[in-house]
Amino acid sequence: MQNKNPYFFLILSIIITVPFWVAFACGDKKSEDKPAAEKPADPGKPGAPEAPAELKVASSLTGAGATFPFPLYSKWADAYGKDTGLKLNYQAIGSGGGVAQIKKKTVDFGASDEPMKPEDLQKEGLFQFPMAIGGVVPVINVEGIADGALKLSPAVLCGIYLGDIKKWDHEELRKLNEGVNLPAKDIAVVYRSDGSGTTWIFTDYLSRVCPAWKDKVGAGKSVQWPVGMGGKGNPGVAAYVKQTAGSIGYVEFAYALQNQLPAAQLANKDGQYVKPSIESFMAAAKHADWENAPGFFMVLNDQPGAETWPIAGATFILMHREQKDEAKVRAMFRFFDWCYRSGAAMAKELHYVPMPENVIELVAKKWASEITANGKPVALK
Amino acid sequence: MTPRRLADLWKAQTSFRKSSAFHRHVDRAFRYLTLACAATTLLLVGAILWNLIEHAWPSITKFGLGFVTSSQWNPVKSQYGAASSIYGTLVSTAIALILALPISLAIALFLTSYAPPWLAKIVGTCVELLAAIPSIIYGMWGLFVFAPYMQKTVQPMLAKLPGPLFDGAPLGVGMLTAGIILALMILPFLTAVMRDVFAMTPPVLMESAAGMGSTSWEVTRKISIPYGLRGLIGATFLGLGRAIGETMAVTFVIGNSHRISTSLFAPGNTIASTLANEFNEADSPLLEAALIELGLILFVITLIIQILAHLWLKNLQKRQAR
Repeated sequence: MQNKNPYFFLILSIIITVPFWVAFACGDKKSEDKPAAEKPADPGKPGAPEAPAELKVASSLTGAGATFPFPLYSKWADAYGKDTGLKLNYQAIGSGGGVAQIKKKTVDFGASDEPMKPEDLQKEGLFQFPMAIGGVVPVINVEGIADGALKLSPAVLCGIYLGDIKKWDHEELRKLNEGVNLPAKDIAVVYRSDGSGTTWIFTDYLSRVCPAWKDKVGAGKSVQWPVGMGGKGNPGVAAYVKQTAGSIGYVEFAYALQNQLPAAQLANKDGQYVKPSIESFMAAAKHADWENAPGFFMVLNDQPGAETWPIAGATFILMHREQKDEAKVRAMFRFFDWCYRSGAAMAKELHYVPMPENVIELVAKKWASEITANGKPVALK
Repeated sequence: MTPRRLADLWKAQTSFRKSSAFHRHVDRAFRYLTLACAATTLLLVGAILWNLIEHAWPSITKFGLGFVTSSQWNPVKSQYGAASSIYGTLVSTAIALILALPISLAIALFLTSYAPPWLAKIVGTCVELLAAIPSIIYGMWGLFVFAPYMQKTVQPMLAKLPGPLFDGAPLGVGMLTAGIILALMILPFLTAVMRDVFAMTPPVLMESAAGMGSTSWEVTRKISIPYGLRGLIGATFLGLGRAIGETMAVTFVIGNSHRISTSLFAPGNTIASTLANEFNEADSPLLEAALIELGLILFVITLIIQILAHLWLKNLQKRQAR
């Protein structure tokens, strides 16, 4: 069939679809503008005269970020919400996403497993504080070796992940483990394939204790692994380790406990071999020097103390220093304070490690001095 | 065609249609509507391409052609190369197609030519059900059920074969496992479309061929396949499209390593799996640009394969016409 003017159709069709295109093209900008525009429309605020007697507390909060503390935050929010009616919407989109979202102000708080550097905090007008401790545990699957039976030194762990130590009956391993029946099997190295705070803590630890690792690989949420295979997420690593005879991997402590993966002992800074446990993680946090860590920038790797487990990190909450909505800040502080104190037992139930008392007090002090709503400090009670 | 003749045609057409002016308007409106929809697709592809290039630009300018040839993927030193991802994408897709094409062809032929109608109905429904399984299920099944089976049974068997393809420790996961999972995933798609293509072969053609003494295989090879060639290639592309961009299932079983290895047992990665792994935590602008460039490369690879297939098809038709 012939058309009168084929171009006519083309032009017309473009005209018809123009609204879509405008929408597409502007989509990006709009989504960035929105949160700022929506902010003033918070519940209980607009227009109405301030009630002087009672302090306003927001009834809902939004947060986004790290997946590692997600089960803990959910449980806390659930228990706290039952008493107070606070609704917390936490999206476990990953630490990087959490940082990006809080920068864009699309959420009330962000959560990250990797502390932000003090100068970056300054630049973005952000404040961070540790909420709970996460530890990383090497887990193994070697026939005949039970949980806690294998001893690893930092150098040997590093050698395995560098690919220098290839067999389970390597001389170095035998020296550390007299009396343990080590098979003449290949070591299958397993790592996290997705970018994650767990990997960051683990590689940061290796970089601290092993110069060769620092030179060749370095620390990051994902790195160029010299050997091995990558499983996606803690479940992926756990599955690879469980299914592959002769494998070694690293997972979050909570994950190792819940799945009963055989863990190895590790020598700490004091040269003591320790097993991963809630106590050994808390020892790491207790001995860390938080007072002299600007912006709470602190990694709990390779901390001193005879009982200290050497691979650990805190998981952090990020919020803006200058807030507009006082009721929201108050809700956040009350919630997080409750988490620190009343939530500690709950955290242990889920195999998370709560913050020690000395750190909690320091954080509360900083809340009062560093966070402002409309230029004024926020009264809690 | 001269303008004169065009005008005549148009006049004839309009005079014919004048009998129902209303229908003519509806008809025209409908035509515009379909055209608008089609044009949207075109513009959409163009916009995606433009967007990809725009966002990948920092990586394109920094690494240039080296991005395609280097298999370095080092977020710590901000060095990115796509070679291992491109290699893995092509190899895993090739394994999937090599395994899935003949099997789905056989299933489709069985369903249309050999199976009694009641059986064809049951098997056909099953195939369609398989096509509806979400990819994450294939991934989980691949990781928890199929990978251990590969490790304990299939890989030790294959390891006895000579050659570098089946070297190395049987890890269970790896390129081969990913390829097989992909084959399983695209099998129902290929089969469903191929069955419909074969079902469209005019029975009279097949009957005449059979009447002239052709065997069933000859009827298939000389009548059904050439008749439905375009459709079969279309089906292959549906499968290829799904395999080449498959993300979750592959990420679960491929082993996610940025190293190129000749052994199919070795862990590898694909463009889609790299994106799935890294995008969430890509907080440096260069890493994000590099990941988007990976997406761009996937886009270009698909485009190149499409073009090659069209050229091949054209060539084939020319030869057939002769």
